[in-house]
Amino acid sequence: MLRRDMMLGAAALAAIFASPATAQDTVKIGLIVPMTGQQASTGKQIDAAVKLYQQQHGTTVAGKKVEVILKDDGAVPDNTKRIAQELIVNDKVNFIAGFGVTPAALAAAPLATQAKVPLIVMAAGTSIITERSPYIARTSFTLAQSSVIIADWALKNNIKKAVTMVSDYAPGADAEKFFSDRIKAGGGEIVSAIRVPLANPDFAPFLQRAADAKPDALFIFVPSGQGGTFVRQFTERGLDKAGIKLIGPGDVTDDDLLPGMGDAVIGTVTAHMYSASHPSKMNKDYVTAFEKAYNFRPNFMSVGGYDGMHLIYEALKKTNGDTDGDKLIAAMKGMKWESPRGPISIDPDTRDIVQNIYIRKVEKVNGQLYNQEFATFEAVKDPGKTAK
Amino acid sequence: MSALASLPPKPLVATAAASLASRARWKPAEIAFWLATVASIFLLPSKHLILTEIAILGLFALSLDLILGYAGIVSLGHAAFFGFGAYAAGILAKYGIIKEPVLALLASGVLAAALGFVTSFLVLRGSDLTRLMVTLGVALVLREIANQLDITGGADGLQGVVMEPILGHFPFDMFGRTAYIYSLVTLFVLFLIARRIVNSPFGLSLRSIKGNPLRAAAIGIHVNGRLVTIYTIAAAYAGIAGALLTQSTQFASLSVLDFERSADVMLIVIIGGTGYLYGGLIGAVLFKLVQDYLANVNPQYWQFWLGLILVMMIMFGRVYGAIMAALIFAICTWTRLPFMQSIVFTLVVLAVLGIARPQILAVTSRITERAAAIQTRLRARLARKPAER
Repeated sequence: MLRRDMMLGAAALAAIFASPATAQDTVKIGLIVPMTGQQASTGKQIDAAVKLYQQQHGTTVAGKKVEVILKDDGAVPDNTKRIAQELIVNDKVNFIAGFGVTPAALAAAPLATQAKVPLIVMAAGTSIITERSPYIARTSFTLAQSSVIIADWALKNNIKKAVTMVSDYAPGADAEKFFSDRIKAGGGEIVSAIRVPLANPDFAPFLQRAADAKPDALFIFVPSGQGGTFVRQFTERGLDKAGIKLIGPGDVTDDDLLPGMGDAVIGTVTAHMYSASHPSKMNKDYVTAFEKAYNFRPNFMSVGGYDGMHLIYEALKKTNGDTDGDKLIAAMKGMKWESPRGPISIDPDTRDIVQNIYIRKVEKVNGQLYNQEFATFEAVKDPGKTAK
Repeated sequence: MSALASLPPKPLVATAAASLASRARWKPAEIAFWLATVASIFLLPSKHLILTEIAILGLFALSLDLILGYAGIVSLGHAAFFGFGAYAAGILAKYGIIKEPVLALLASGVLAAALGFVTSFLVLRGSDLTRLMVTLGVALVLREIANQLDITGGADGLQGVVMEPILGHFPFDMFGRTAYIYSLVTLFVLFLIARRIVNSPFGLSLRSIKGNPLRAAAIGIHVNGRLVTIYTIAAAYAGIAGALLTQSTQFASLSVLDFERSADVMLIVIIGGTGYLYGGLIGAVLFKLVQDYLANVNPQYWQFWLGLILVMMIMFGRVYGAIMAALIFAICTWTRLPFMQSIVFTLVVLAVLGIARPQILAVTSRITERAAAIQTRLRARLARKPAER
């Protein structure tokens, strides 16, 4: 009897989930980010930035109402794919955006091509993503951008022997490759290349191996969100006292986690495209508004979301509200604007982002830890593509 | 054998045969269930993607029910076979080894079955706790292998899987219609086979093993042989479910081997009920729809609500627990309570309900009894009517 009741219940439930009709004068953006799971901080930052952008710039562009549909994929790529497909087919979204991790973006890429829906990468940072579909544009960064620049900086600052330690997935492999190639080309040496598992890593044994190699510097890449654990274990193992410099792309000293990392992280030198302490008026206003609204510090993921919204808004203005995928992508190519991170543009050839990469050092400012920028490499294209 | 055959049919054999036959008879509710699934193809065209996932999850749960509900083998690593099948189908398609999806599906099932057969000998050793560890271990090992191999694409997932049209005629479409019908047909065919298996003398012997392995052995059932067989069959089912997922999404990632997948399918079978085949299917429908609904309403904190529903189901039974959890959720949503306040409110309610549990259970069981009584009376009246006329 219970069985039959449950069958009836299932049927009734199924009936409830009927989707509402769509209106013509709205532009819909499907925002797919991890709101749960290990990469949840990425989703939280992007969601907050997108909401902030809409608060500041209104929800109407070129006479159309812009509606953002937030979906959680938990950074599981088959979820991402199904959600993207549902958004395109059922909700008839005009853009899909977000994508916390590379596999998620890669899973959705074929859909962008099939449906001719622009896909805006607001987070994931592997070079290859934008090559997977002509409808992809990126407003985050590529790992190669930061990794090459930090290698240049290291060579100039007498770092000859380095150990690389990266998470074992595509962005990690990218970071490792671009850094190592650049160091070797400049006469440096990579004494050990270590890969750590992506999920639930325990860095301690790997750090021991790094320490045994006695390098001048340890190059570290971990995805946004894991930096805190890494830095704690780095100091617990006493690598900082052994005189090993910590360098890398800025993911490890993520602004989101930096305030809680403790003084051990002071002196870490990273190359990245955004720091919450970037000295521009626009950024100061951005950080103030962001912190006031959400009570936490914006990180580099948040500007990816903020600028992604800007790119969508501006493209819509240029096409006068036309939501044809080809026209929108054409409008995005070569677009230049001022972002909280500094001047940025979309490369007309690769649809990837061109931006300044800053060298920063972690310092204490007014009792708070910040990545203080002290050198700038201007208008860096994605080396993953220029190398070809 | 010859000695047995010469004996006149014993009443016991006749009873067993009758009981098997009555189990095998199609009940109206079952027919309604399958008619509803067929109707969903036409009535819910916008939901085909999630329905496909439900069908696949249902098949996966059915597979677990075969070993858990019928043979009593607990497994926390059933995703091993699901993932193995998923990667097998992906690799077969990507490298053009078997291009036709149905053949590739069967091949993936066979491969998963082979893995199931090999690992089944591990499962024979020890009791439930050891089995939990062994199955979990197998899944972990496989996941790490998939993470390290180049052929699987590591943590980036298996990219570039392109599926040929099914049977050369039906291409996979953007709306997921083909994939849904394909999954449903596969599910139905495999369900029929499973139904045949569990209603056969073999199925009956599995039940007796589940009841008491020692006594089953004492009456001449080859316990280990039966367990190996059903474990292998279940592995094939799980492998086919995984292959369906890869074929319909044209993509496979490490998540197919995740512990969460094994744990979710266990939950699903327990929610739906074990040992009657529909448990997994109904569990999958409920679990996925509720999950999807909550994740849409509350993308950040949906896991909290899902957890609450599960706790309530355990405390007050499936139906009443779910209703109570839904009420709490509804109150929090309608009053637009912020999340932190919702947690506090929920915990307070939970504490009160927990204290009052015996009283609540007394009330709910009385409701159930009354409902049952009404049902029997109705049925009796319905049965009487034609005779009175």
